[in-house]
Amino acid sequence: MQIGISLISGVLFGLGLSISGMLNPQKVQGFLDIAGAWDPSLAFVMGGGLAVNLAGIMLMKKRETPFLAQVFHMPTSKVIDKRLIMGAVLFGAGWALAGLCPGPAIASLAMLTPDVGLFFLCMVAGLLIAQRV
Amino acid sequence: MIDFASFTPISSGLGGVLIGLAALILYAFNGRVMGASGIMGQFIKPAFDAETNLNRRWRGLFLLGTIGGVFVFMFWQGDFPETQMVAQGWLLALAGLLVGFGTGLGSGCTSGHGICGLARLSTRSLVAVISFMLVGFVTTYLIKHVGGL
Repeated sequence: MQIGISLISGVLFGLGLSISGMLNPQKVQGFLDIAGAWDPSLAFVMGGGLAVNLAGIMLMKKRETPFLAQVFHMPTSKVIDKRLIMGAVLFGAGWALAGLCPGPAIASLAMLTPDVGLFFLCMVAGLLIAQRV
Repeated sequence: MIDFASFTPISSGLGGVLIGLAALILYAFNGRVMGASGIMGQFIKPAFDAETNLNRRWRGLFLLGTIGGVFVFMFWQGDFPETQMVAQGWLLALAGLLVGFGTGLGSGCTSGHGICGLARLSTRSLVAVISFMLVGFVTTYLIKHVGGL
């Protein structure tokens, strides 16, 4: 059952990314380029996603366990440390350079172009290196 | 200036709602965070203990589903979503490394910190989102208006 939910969640994620326009690096760059011809669409993607998720989590507040699993596997760390900030800073720079973040990079494997393949492999390498530091 | 020709509030908002639903069902049913970088990182982690192996199944299916979702769009719309790359070659490779390393180090990306973390009112996620957004704006400014890469 949980496996089925994971698959459905992934499909909704990939479909949502496709509809939202976020698989298009140029559109992502259009959002980040506030000094140029600004395309606020990405804010609507985040806003829509956040609104649904926030409302759902509020409704779930009273539950101590998820519907199918024994526990909520939520991150427990509360510290704002160098790793968090350095990581976000480096990610922000890479995101702006290519207009791709991990979700769209994975989804775009559907249209496997050499460019997407190159970005994806380098991203995987980066993730593996981060696990060693 | 807002670029009204490119602005797509309805499809982007609707896509966002689906992304939110994806995150919500993974949380509500399986008790998991829908973070693309976290799921990918744990999926490829070179560790083969029983727990990692067991979790690799749901993570793998999520990743397959994410790719499958693009095919659903293609069968429905008759074409793949539009993609226009903005970087090529070594710059694209460097960007990929930075995105992978940065999200691994900072424990999350646009989906994990942005959609899931903020909805759980996590201070760490708020700090991460503000940091990567600000750096994203500044880097784009440098590329588009100063350096001309």
